[in-house]
Amino acid sequence: MTPLLEIEDLHAEIEGGRKILDGLSLTVNPGEVHAIMGPNGAGKSTLSYVLSGKPGYVITGGSIRLAGVELSELTPDARAALGLFLAFQYPLEIPGVSTMAFLHAAVNAQKKKRGEQEMTSPELLKRVREIGKSLDITAEMLRRPLNVGFSGGEKKRNETLQMLLLEPKLCVLDETDSGLDIDALKVVSAGVNALRAPERSMVVITHYQRLLDYIVPDVVHVLAAGRIVHTGGKELALELEATGYAQFQNEAA
Amino acid sequence: MAAAVHLMKTPAELALAETFAAAADRLPGTPDIAAGRAAAFAQFSARGLPHRRVEAWRYTDLRTLMRDAAPLAAPPDAAAKARAGGKGALFAAVAARRLYVVNGAFVPGLSDLSPEPGLAILSMAAALAQGDPLVAGHLGQVVPSDDAVLALNTALMGDGVVIHVAKGTALARPIHIVHVADLAAPAALFVRSLLVAEEEASVSLIETHEGPADIAYQVNGALEIVAGDGARVSRVKVTAEGSAAQHLASLSARVGAEAAFSEAGFVLGGALVRNQLAIRLDGADTVAHVCGASLLSGRQHADTTLVMEHAAPRCESREAFRAVLDGAARDVFQGRIAVRQAAQKTDARMMSRALLLSDTAEANAKPELEIFADDVQCGHGCTAGALDANQKFYLMARGIPATEAEALLIEAFVGEVVDQIEDETVRDALMGAIRAFLLARR
Amino acid sequence: MAAVQETIEQVRLIDVDQYKYGFETLVDTEKAPKGLSEDIIRFISAKKNEPDWMLQWRLDAYARWLTMQAPDWARVAYPPIDYQDLYYYAAPKKGGNGPKSLDEVDPEILKTYEKLGIPLREQEILAGVERPEGEPRKIAVDAVFDSVSVATTFKEELKAAGVIFMPISEALHEHPNLVKKYLGTVVPTTDNYFATLNSAVFSDGSFVYIPKGVRCPMELSTYFRINEKNTGQFERTLIIADEGSYVSYLEGCTAPMRDENQLHAAVVELVAMDDAEIKYSTVQNWYPGDAEGKGGIYNFVTKRGDCRGRNSKISWTQVETGSAITWKYPSCILRGDNSSGEFYSIAISNGRQQVDSGTKMIHLGKNTSSRIISKGISAGRSQNTYRGLVSAHRKATGARNFTNCDSLLIGDECGAHTVPYIETRNPLAQFEHEATTSKISEDMLFYAMQRGLSQEEAVALVVNGFVRDVLQQLPMEFAVEAQKLISISLEGSVG
Repeated sequence: MTPLLEIEDLHAEIEGGRKILDGLSLTVNPGEVHAIMGPNGAGKSTLSYVLSGKPGYVITGGSIRLAGVELSELTPDARAALGLFLAFQYPLEIPGVSTMAFLHAAVNAQKKKRGEQEMTSPELLKRVREIGKSLDITAEMLRRPLNVGFSGGEKKRNETLQMLLLEPKLCVLDETDSGLDIDALKVVSAGVNALRAPERSMVVITHYQRLLDYIVPDVVHVLAAGRIVHTGGKELALELEATGYAQFQNEAA
Repeated sequence: MAAAVHLMKTPAELALAETFAAAADRLPGTPDIAAGRAAAFAQFSARGLPHRRVEAWRYTDLRTLMRDAAPLAAPPDAAAKARAGGKGALFAAVAARRLYVVNGAFVPGLSDLSPEPGLAILSMAAALAQGDPLVAGHLGQVVPSDDAVLALNTALMGDGVVIHVAKGTALARPIHIVHVADLAAPAALFVRSLLVAEEEASVSLIETHEGPADIAYQVNGALEIVAGDGARVSRVKVTAEGSAAQHLASLSARVGAEAAFSEAGFVLGGALVRNQLAIRLDGADTVAHVCGASLLSGRQHADTTLVMEHAAPRCESREAFRAVLDGAARDVFQGRIAVRQAAQKTDARMMSRALLLSDTAEANAKPELEIFADDVQCGHGCTAGALDANQKFYLMARGIPATEAEALLIEAFVGEVVDQIEDETVRDALMGAIRAFLLARR
Repeated sequence: MAAVQETIEQVRLIDVDQYKYGFETLVDTEKAPKGLSEDIIRFISAKKNEPDWMLQWRLDAYARWLTMQAPDWARVAYPPIDYQDLYYYAAPKKGGNGPKSLDEVDPEILKTYEKLGIPLREQEILAGVERPEGEPRKIAVDAVFDSVSVATTFKEELKAAGVIFMPISEALHEHPNLVKKYLGTVVPTTDNYFATLNSAVFSDGSFVYIPKGVRCPMELSTYFRINEKNTGQFERTLIIADEGSYVSYLEGCTAPMRDENQLHAAVVELVAMDDAEIKYSTVQNWYPGDAEGKGGIYNFVTKRGDCRGRNSKISWTQVETGSAITWKYPSCILRGDNSSGEFYSIAISNGRQQVDSGTKMIHLGKNTSSRIISKGISAGRSQNTYRGLVSAHRKATGARNFTNCDSLLIGDECGAHTVPYIETRNPLAQFEHEATTSKISEDMLFYAMQRGLSQEEAVALVVNGFVRDVLQQLPMEFAVEAQKLISISLEGSVG
């Protein structure tokens, strides 16, 4: 079986500065949900940015393959078209760009790149409304500029809506639980769980175990000082909740 | 003290003097008007073309930029008039009363002059020649100014449109003045218009300016607007002159009490464009919205210079400007909120933002506050920079290619200003023009 | 200008302002003849026994000045200055020109500084404030009285650290190569009308050199006092922070109350090399004139810092409460990559004062950053203008500026104006500017008064809150001083 995501000995740094990822390796097979946990500053968010190709992060060694395709040289939109989706920890507010116009542009740009039939406006609207319903996203929210004036919970629900709409192969969830109350967490998790499928994988990045009660992982990794220092089953998350990260930080050092 | 510095006359200044000497006798107007022309030209002549040491022209050194002065344009021939009929297409979807000014001359034959109660339209040339009391009473009086470019217009004005909207009249349709330059060689157009909206009148005015590419024609336009108490007046202006044209325009507006005034200006074409706006809120409790955007590329230079004068209590004004700059384009925004001592409880906010898309573009901004009343809330903000890299990344992470992501963001950037225009069909037309600019970039 | 001799009491009678430093010191003074000419410049240069190159430098500047015109773009108005009706050099006879010790200084002058609260004896510290550790903080002082430096303290201790701190007239003899290397390299003699005049006739001022890697062990300060009437003060300050060094420098100014306007045209040049930092703080409290606008100092000053090295930093903090007219724009040229400039300003105007002040941040290097925080307060019938330029040149990729200017109006006969210039020639420069003008909040005043504060105390409280961001930038002693000054400056502004 070809792994869906294959990261080998990845080294990365912030442009002109600090080294963040230091020999990280990670393999995710189709259908699997992997959780990545770790202390603040371990490189969790950097991993999500490096995977999605954010400018300002430089890969200095190693490789990232998505379904066998090397990503490191690709632009963020090309990676998205290959099926990589990053749910942002802090979704951007973009004044003046309406949510619907944005969704339309994103869906069809990806479809076009993949040589698929583009969606018409009515088709898209119908689909967005269906998904929106399941996530408590009102038509009024869809009329607003992208994420502008949205509460933390609304932004995360909007991220989930995009994920459900774009149907990616690999979902990278960056601290999706931050800023969410328990009700919003349940709504978002239900949305994410609805996407679980044999051919789709997820990487769930989180500092706290709480989220993993709702999105139950197959594998849990501990990220410290820029690499995976420990791997276990879902029970590892509970163990970490009890004992903290100190032991692994020492291990990394 | 700087005025003591005597400068050599430039070829353009010398040419303008010759033009005035040759044309003074045949320019339209009563003896009073003729005397006014002579005084205005003397005023211009004493100072010459404004240069960078004149604070209001700091970033647009007309003395350097205006190398020569073209001869006055001849009246349009039949063919030119016929061609002009198809212009102003940007707002074709707007059900407006269209008036045509071709090569600086009002063309009644082409214009929609169907009668409407409370509305009077006549040519400026005719009004000057007849000594029309409306024109005589307002010309140069609306917001007095010592600006040299406006003085030049007063000296050499040929024609234009005079619009009078009677007390309490709400016009059924917007008025669209289609300004067309139809020229095969460089020429100068001096256009003067006047809009008087009496008390409680309501009028919406659109002006478009267009002309041939690659011909260095020169437009000097002036519009004076008087809005009475309780009047609602709006103007949308699109400057889409030809690629070699120079376009200098002065708006003077005086607004009465409890009125609503709005002004929106868009610069899409022209080698050198200066829009100077002097708006005076003369009556209490008036609301004014002024906005604009310049979309520039190549070596275009656009200058928007605004003075929003609060002269009466409790008025509110909002000013919002955007510049999108590609190539070696240069944008200037000077905006002054001036609050006189009587204008207590003024609420004024101004925001100007420039977006630089290339390494060689240049943005200059001077947002001023000049406050003489203490009980006020005034503020301005100003930003300049490139597109937000995080926003662009967010869009790209959703699969939208770089150029499309940029286009979306630029559209949103300018859209914030366009959204302030009430009329939806006008908004749509402007967004169409913005998309065309973005398409041309690719 | 009228030469009416007024006693302090008489001045007080006609003066509603609360200027505390308006007394006059009666000392024997040696003056140059009135007026300005090549001969006067030769006289000044000879008095200071200057090398030939310095005299030639002055004469070149003078020749240039004769061809220039006073700038007229600022929002200030004053009758033309008769430059032939001024004295360009005035020095106390006793102990003028580089006294060897305090014993040589005229006791009257020592008393003056005592009254002004300036410690000239090294065991003294500024009253009232102690460092957290309980250690008194040392501040070295260069005291400039009219055209000459009368005393410089802590010279020996500073010398041990390698720091040079002395009057510039002395530095011309002791460190001629350093002076020659840097003088006029930040503010050229041709820069502007008043800077060029200063270059021709400058009398004294401070010279500071911090060697590589040295953190100056104490605050350095210069205290300027104009005493003589009809005398202009033209000091020149030059501070060089060599690689990796740090210095904090304070400047204070006062003058007697006089009916005539007096001219103060100073030049300050700062040079920061790689990784160096200069913090320059000013409390300017020149005599502002009386309530009717009679008298007061014309403060026409050119201050500029050159961030010449990589990662260098220059920070200007000013509290401006004095002067009839203020015309000054302490600026930073951000030449070195990653260099940064700051400008924190409080400008308070009352009576008939006119202020046109601000800064220039010229971004030339990559990743340069600047920050401007300006708080203007106008009361009485004063006019207070912020004027500032932020520019990014073609190569200033990654330049950043944030500007915030707020103005507060107290009373309905004053004016507050904001005139920023924002010029960008690099798409990767990010500039943000915001400004507000508002009235002092009546709700806040009421709240404070309901809790028992008088109206004036309430105003001072609100104003101090308004200027807090800037006050925090000042060294602690200065902050306390400045806070008092703000309250005094606004007395009589309400009710």
